[in-house]
Amino acid sequence: MTHNAGKDARRARETRRNMLFVAPMALVAVLLVALPLIYVMGMALTTAEGALTLDNFKGILRADYLLVFANSLKLAFYTTVISLLIGYPFGYCMARAPKRWRFILMMLVIIPFWTSALVRIYGWKILLQGNGLINTVLKGLGLIEKNIKFLGSYGSVLLAMVYCLISMMILPCHSAVDKMDFTLVEAARDLGSKPWRAFIDVTLPLTMPGILAGCVLVFVPSVGIFYLSDIMGGGMVLVGNLIRDQLLKVRDWHMGSAMSMVLIVLTAGIYLVYRRSGGDDLGVF
Amino acid sequence: MAAKKRKKLRLFSPIYMSLVLIILYLPILMVVIYSFNAGRSVSAWSGFSTQWYTRLFSNRLMADALIDSLVLAGLSSLLAGGIGTLGAIGLSRSHFKGAGAIESVATLPMMIPELVLGMAYLALFTGVGVKLGMGALVATHTAFCVPYVFINVKSRLVGMDPAIEEAARDLGAEPMRVLRDITLPLIMPAVVSGMMLAAAMSLDDVVISFFVTSAETTTLPLKIYTGLKSGGTPEINALSTLMLGAIFLFVAISQLISARSEKK
Repeated sequence: MTHNAGKDARRARETRRNMLFVAPMALVAVLLVALPLIYVMGMALTTAEGALTLDNFKGILRADYLLVFANSLKLAFYTTVISLLIGYPFGYCMARAPKRWRFILMMLVIIPFWTSALVRIYGWKILLQGNGLINTVLKGLGLIEKNIKFLGSYGSVLLAMVYCLISMMILPCHSAVDKMDFTLVEAARDLGSKPWRAFIDVTLPLTMPGILAGCVLVFVPSVGIFYLSDIMGGGMVLVGNLIRDQLLKVRDWHMGSAMSMVLIVLTAGIYLVYRRSGGDDLGVF
Repeated sequence: MAAKKRKKLRLFSPIYMSLVLIILYLPILMVVIYSFNAGRSVSAWSGFSTQWYTRLFSNRLMADALIDSLVLAGLSSLLAGGIGTLGAIGLSRSHFKGAGAIESVATLPMMIPELVLGMAYLALFTGVGVKLGMGALVATHTAFCVPYVFINVKSRLVGMDPAIEEAARDLGAEPMRVLRDITLPLIMPAVVSGMMLAAAMSLDDVVISFFVTSAETTTLPLKIYTGLKSGGTPEINALSTLMLGAIFLFVAISQLISARSEKK
């Protein structure tokens, strides 16, 4: 009895200590995450004079703004599909590669993921410019006569998006294939399934969690990216550019805040649907 | 038949992976190669030279940006290291009211678009009169770095055998002693690798810095961003190469540490 009481007292002491440990993080969470977001929500719901209003949200319902939102979603969708088509096979091959190669492959995928997106897009700019390597090679091969103007095209922005985000697709796909029990595929094959059937009936459903996680991880950031189309040129306006211009050029903070709220709700919605449908926690890599 | 198919896959797989990796690394390589170009062009090669690097170092503004970036990455990864580690220990070793909420809010910066967070900081800071500049940069970078340390350390703590800590406690060690002699050494690799990632993220950030910086402070990525909008120069290549080198180093150390501690 006394032993238990001692244990309880110790546990209470430890809980108090742990709460103290969490305090700095709680402070950061409140002051530097929750408060700024609540502030933006407040801005979105008020006029410059401080009166409550929904006009900022109604203001977004303009054909040209809605078109920007639609275009951003479309671009994000294409980015996700292309990333999946390229990233899934890569993740698959990586998981099936000989063991001694896997660590190196993993490093090779992770390093660009953590390196500056800005610098990597700049690399594409060098490659794609008028007298860049790609035009030179294409001309050398006799495939084209005049330099192609890649920069500024829709394709170049899409390419840069896929390029920036593909690691986010490869990693979850790889871990899903890696976790899969391949004796199930063998069983299907032994029972007479064609390789493609076995893939569609066994591998694909079993790796679906990885595919879904990858799609969310690519789609969500690709809606909000803003400096990418600036650098690739072509003047494509995405939600990110729209919000920035609303803040820094039009200087309508209330409208910009409302747009940001729509973006947050959109991302949160995607994430919630994903979690509701049984998706894994995305936080851990 | 099956063996033949498997052979096909065995042939396809390395070719496909090499192709993707080449495309992944080619642009990075281009930036590095043209930083050593003798000419002003970033597309026509006219000989090897390191002049852009020497120019970079003799450029007062660039040197300042480099120092600002390093100070910022150092301070925010250290702060995030402390805050994230303590938070992970506290949240994984006790359950109390509000714990889940704190965790969700603290890791939110990984989920919401950087742009939204950046504009929210600028709105709040100008609204309540917080001075923009280095202080604001350190605070905001710390906020978005905390999740990297927290998640790394927490997953390490969750994967740890609780019997180790219990044994120390049953042998009479005080909670603080258990923490210092048992828990901390065991989670150290996760702390360090989390902080390395945090430093890489801070060194890399454009969007948040873009909003909370002042006229007196610029970071390297911001210099690169403004340089890029007006077309590239070999100087920007040299700057980018230095930054890539630093980030590469941080990430490689982080990965090696976590790979090694997983093996143990």
